[in-house]
Amino acid sequence: MGSHYEAAIRKPLVTGGKSYHDVTVDIAAQVEGKANMQWWIVFSIALVGFLWGVGCIIYTISTGIGVWGLNKTVGWAWDITNFVWWVGIGHAGTLISAVLLLFRQKWRMAINRSAEAMTIFSVIQAGLFPIIHMGRPWLGYWVLPIPNTYGSLWVNFNSPLLWDVFAISTYLSVSLVFWWTGLLPDFAMIRDRAVKPFQKKIYSILSFGWSGRAKDWQRFEEVSLVLAGLATPLVLSVHTIVSFDFATSVIPGWHTTIFPPYFVAGAVFSGFAMVNTLLIITRKVCNLENYITVQHIELMNIVIMITGSIVGVAYITELFIAWYSGVEYEQYAFLNRATGPYWWAYWSMMSCNVFSPQFMWFKKLRTSIIFSFLISIVVNIGMWFERFVIIVTSLHRDYLPSSWTMFSPTFVDIGIFIGTIGFFFVLFLLYARTFPVIAQAEVKTILKTSGDNFKKLRDGGKQ
Amino acid sequence: MKKKKTYWKNVEQIDKNSNLVKDIESKEFANQLPVDSILLNQEGLEAENTNRRDFLKYVGFSTTAAALAACEGPVIKSVPYVFQPEQIRPGIANYYATAIADGFDFASILIKTREGRPIKIESNNEASDFSSANARVHASVLSLYDTKRIQLPKIKGQDSSWDELKSKVLSDLNSASKKQGKVVLLTQTLASPTTNKIIKDLITKFPNIEHIILDTVPSNYAVESFKEAYGFEGLVDYDFSKSDFIVSVGADFLGDWQGGGYDKKYVSNRVPDNKTGKGKMSKHVQFEANMTLSGANADMRVPATPSEQKKILSYIYSAVKGLNSKIKLSPEHEKNAKFAADGIKKFGSKAVIVSGLDDKNVQDIILDLNNYIKSFAIDDSARLIRTQSGDEVDIFLEELLDGKVSGLITVGVNPVYSLSEGEKIKKAISDLDFSLSFSMKEDETSSVCRYIAAAPHYLESWGDYEFKEGQYFLAQPTIRPLFNTMLFQDFVLSIIGSSKDYYATIKEFWKQNILNGRSWNKVLHDGFYKKSKKEKLKFNPKKNITLDTDLNVNKESDMELVLYTKTGMGDGQQANNPWLQEFPDPITRVTWDNYLTISSFDANRIGFKNLNVADGALNGSYAKISGGESTLKIPVVIQPGQAKGSVGLALGYGRKLGIQEEMQTGENAFVFFKSFRKNQSVKVELTDGFHEFACTQLQNTLMGRGDIIKESTLEIFNTKDKKYWNPIPKVSKNHIETAVTSKKVDIWEGFDRSIGHHFNLSIDLNACTGCGACVIACHAENNVPVVGKREIRKSRDMHWLRIDRYYSSEDSFEDDVDTKDAISGIGDSLTTFGKMEKASENPQVAFQPVMCQHCNHAPCETVCPVAASSHGRQGQNHMAYNRCVGTRYCANNCPYKVRRFNWFLYNKNDEFDYHMNNDLGRMVLNPDVVVRSRGVMEKCSMCIQMTQKTILDAKLEGRQIQDGDFKVACSSACTTEAMVFGDINDKDSKVSELKANDRMYHLLESVGTKPNVMYQTKIRNT
Repeated sequence: MGSHYEAAIRKPLVTGGKSYHDVTVDIAAQVEGKANMQWWIVFSIALVGFLWGVGCIIYTISTGIGVWGLNKTVGWAWDITNFVWWVGIGHAGTLISAVLLLFRQKWRMAINRSAEAMTIFSVIQAGLFPIIHMGRPWLGYWVLPIPNTYGSLWVNFNSPLLWDVFAISTYLSVSLVFWWTGLLPDFAMIRDRAVKPFQKKIYSILSFGWSGRAKDWQRFEEVSLVLAGLATPLVLSVHTIVSFDFATSVIPGWHTTIFPPYFVAGAVFSGFAMVNTLLIITRKVCNLENYITVQHIELMNIVIMITGSIVGVAYITELFIAWYSGVEYEQYAFLNRATGPYWWAYWSMMSCNVFSPQFMWFKKLRTSIIFSFLISIVVNIGMWFERFVIIVTSLHRDYLPSSWTMFSPTFVDIGIFIGTIGFFFVLFLLYARTFPVIAQAEVKTILKTSGDNFKKLRDGGKQ
Repeated sequence: MKKKKTYWKNVEQIDKNSNLVKDIESKEFANQLPVDSILLNQEGLEAENTNRRDFLKYVGFSTTAAALAACEGPVIKSVPYVFQPEQIRPGIANYYATAIADGFDFASILIKTREGRPIKIESNNEASDFSSANARVHASVLSLYDTKRIQLPKIKGQDSSWDELKSKVLSDLNSASKKQGKVVLLTQTLASPTTNKIIKDLITKFPNIEHIILDTVPSNYAVESFKEAYGFEGLVDYDFSKSDFIVSVGADFLGDWQGGGYDKKYVSNRVPDNKTGKGKMSKHVQFEANMTLSGANADMRVPATPSEQKKILSYIYSAVKGLNSKIKLSPEHEKNAKFAADGIKKFGSKAVIVSGLDDKNVQDIILDLNNYIKSFAIDDSARLIRTQSGDEVDIFLEELLDGKVSGLITVGVNPVYSLSEGEKIKKAISDLDFSLSFSMKEDETSSVCRYIAAAPHYLESWGDYEFKEGQYFLAQPTIRPLFNTMLFQDFVLSIIGSSKDYYATIKEFWKQNILNGRSWNKVLHDGFYKKSKKEKLKFNPKKNITLDTDLNVNKESDMELVLYTKTGMGDGQQANNPWLQEFPDPITRVTWDNYLTISSFDANRIGFKNLNVADGALNGSYAKISGGESTLKIPVVIQPGQAKGSVGLALGYGRKLGIQEEMQTGENAFVFFKSFRKNQSVKVELTDGFHEFACTQLQNTLMGRGDIIKESTLEIFNTKDKKYWNPIPKVSKNHIETAVTSKKVDIWEGFDRSIGHHFNLSIDLNACTGCGACVIACHAENNVPVVGKREIRKSRDMHWLRIDRYYSSEDSFEDDVDTKDAISGIGDSLTTFGKMEKASENPQVAFQPVMCQHCNHAPCETVCPVAASSHGRQGQNHMAYNRCVGTRYCANNCPYKVRRFNWFLYNKNDEFDYHMNNDLGRMVLNPDVVVRSRGVMEKCSMCIQMTQKTILDAKLEGRQIQDGDFKVACSSACTTEAMVFGDINDKDSKVSELKANDRMYHLLESVGTKPNVMYQTKIRNT
């Protein structure tokens, strides 16, 4: 068992004495079994939320952006806040599947599938907002550089919004391919187990004819590595480009060079929190406690703690630079952020994002499942406020005091946000019922090194 | 020999006897379709079997027909000219000189018409006096296209005809004259020589008619005083350009005081220019209760209630004349009054004092004092635009209420609305046997009159005026009357049996009495005619001026109410004009409302609050004000600079009849306008509830941001270098301080702008009085939509050009900057910035017109993903509406926040039922400017349609463009020449000169946007 050796101090990543077959059965059970009551309840709530959001979007598009709470001074608020929030959440998936793959972090194998699913679903939510926030969304395709008959009409490559279009679409497509590649052997496993012809048909289409030959596996590994290499810079680039929407502007509070790293850290932070939120529920509902162990949660909590602290440093750096710049508009923007009419948003952000992750220094807390769940929700609330604070408090009081005003959302603003949350959960719940939620093929590769029974066996043999 | 060619239409034509050819020649259809024989033959139809193919044909036809009938195409009524009128060429504007004289505003103006429609009003700059069109005059073109206008004469509310009305009126007048019943002709000040003659003729025919002048907002006390001093009804016309020391005691002469229009001459002595050595400007001291435009522009403003003002005036009078008086003033007021008196003594004839107090004694003092110092400001000719005087009106009202009047004819006045006893008068008028109202609306008065004579708008009418002695003006129609209307004058002429109409009468009268052989056509073309004045005004000093310091203040009431007219609404006759409703008050910047202004001291004492709700919108407590029998529930605006113990309230609101529901805003303050005094005493109490205001500016102070409005004092301006009072902001590059305008700190490559035109606009903060004429002119020129109160409250005004108004939070803006600079530490900055958000009790005020700055390095241009915002060769920042997808990124990234987004569809949308929602109102739209759809961004275009036209005209005429040819709507509307537009590539142009002026600065220069709009530093003579 020499090739399966793993240091004794490493904790097992799969518990419960699972054999290869157990893994197959456990993971296929969700797809093969019937949905329980709980699933239906949650799904119905999510669907209602989604439909409500669809209604609000239809109302917006048919009537005008005026049904939102925006005004002449605050031209973006919940729309772009939600956009950045969802993009940020999408970050964890790629980080887990690509960066951790390159760093050979094996614990990622239990969570990367769902994390990537979350990425794709949240990028879909994010992608909605740039389209519906347009005054004339039916002309949204104009932001694409499509050759046209209008003469020399072309997109403006100077505009960060255009960069967003490329960044988000690249990210979505690479993530999707990466995710699907990983899914192939798992779909094939379900296909092979399926007894109903219809199911078999569907899964054989989804698995792209995976046969499990050594050549398949070799190509699979190669493609995974190449895609991981491609996706890793995307982890950094997507949110960097999103942050350019603000950083390249001239508005005090937006015009900040710290934004790219600050946004990336924030994105990873919120993404991990969302992964935690989803997986803590999934492991319980789908009986996957042996695959997504407390150790997984603890490791993610550590990432949350570190990125939360990075974000905290960024907040404080912003304040320091504002003071140090000597620019009165800059100084006032940050003073206003912390103490102006939106002080509550700023301090919500501060306490949720900077203070709350500090509890994770305590092992007892970071291994507590309830507490981790709580903090993961708090962090996501905090990260929503972060974007709200950046967007609204910078805009509502900028250079000329004559234009200062406030923003207050309407039911449509709120409805669309709820709608995207609903849509996200509709997608995730459907995914949980039809997709293998754990990359079982990958988990099987570490079963002998990190499975508790094998570890015990091996360690016992040694001693 | 020529052979006639034959064109063959048909082969049958070979046969000359063909029946077919004959049939074709005789009938349109060769064979009549046998429709009747089939459809009318019921039996045959029933016998007919519809086979499958026929059935399918029927189905196909009927569904197609039904489908086609369902797609109703838009019906656009367009009627071609049967006879092409001379000089009307599609696409080319015609201008006509005319005059407005609606009883409140009097001005000589030019009307721009397109394809026969008046669409814009411009000042007639060639007429030296009364040439300045204010915001209301600019907006009056929209009142022409008012859907609420009466479209034909009415008798007892029933539609009628002019012949019927004439015969009824004639018989009523005849029966009244038989009974010796008194018929009163109630008119505004007409200032019309021909109309006066016509009325004289009418009275000759019906001696029982008495002509009484009722001005909606009169200056009757001043007129009375003037009459005593000079022998006729008029007003002194003050030329403030001849005064170096101006004292105003409650006279808002930059507003509507005594007819307004003083701003042009006032400003001409307010702009210092240190090119010729020493800069010079007049010093202006203002004692006033409400914060007015005059007070806002004054160098020294002293808040004082009307009763204090009267004491101050008496003090000044005795001090200047060296009388021994025992007037007790508070130490503060005494100091200021002494300063004013000393100034008047020092400057002598170069000083002037004016007062707006409605008090005969006060006006006597003013005339006496100005004549005593022989003030140069008193013009040789008197104003004739307010002539109500004496107690004529009071006597008439008494008689009316006592039933001693048997008939009433009103012309252009609305006494039921505008008199404090309106309700009683309403009853009295409805009881009259004969009442005839010449009115454009079914308003409060005309709706109770027996006969309503539908009056035309002034743009549909002839007219002649003498606004000022020897200064004659002509009005001409600029459009065929839209409705079945008739002028009062034409009506009278036909009643007295004249064969001539009003036009012919005017022409004859002018030829006989005014023109002295000069060309009528020339005068009509110019719109004005100035006669040289024979003699100066002769002043008969009043023997005994009593220094009565009492101002009829009711001691029981605790507050002094000062009524005023708003720059937007005036006397309220244009209340149905959405431009004016949405026009932000220059001082409070509140739209769609009138309100009680009160000092923060009194507000705290009584418990009034102004709050901003979650979306920033302003809410104000309600006050109950009562005086005599009148009470009103009115919302409160806490007004910095309001004199303690006084409250202000605007007249002209609260119209209910003949006006669209959306426009029925505010409360009627005329109920307090007793004895035609704007100063009243009232009781002010707090009542329940909060009013929702629609205010376009929610932050009132400048927060010590001295680089937004740069200002300095005359002394520093004259003695110190520009670097001291107008430095270019610096940035540190490699630890070297470099000017932000330097190429070294610029990351952008500029284009070569030296070829062709490069437009710049200069705005002189010294010359801008904040009057807002430019705002309305911009609306008219650029089809700016009206969005209504609800949307304004959400901070969604669409104004391309706004006039920001700032208050200082310390005593002056300079102190604000000092306070801000002195902040040390976080704790201090928290408290200090908090305090700086609040205006001082008597703040300095600054106005700053802001529109798109047309930055050469525009932040909006770089961020638009579809390049809808891009830069023009001539310096403009273009906005391609068709390309805009509406991301709003440009608006967010605009440091000046001048971009406006179409949140909804503002035209042809019942939710926004203003002029763009009806065919009549849309006639005002400028065809050269596109009406924007929803979802696109819009903003100031620097009137590119105007500059392009100038360029094209010059090209067609093959000439060089002269300086002054280039105009934009705001610059041409600016009577004080605060806005100067032109080409800086023309080195001799005025705007080039202004660009090189020491006072020039760019707004937010440090951002590096390199704007094409520049400002001239405000210099105060403090």
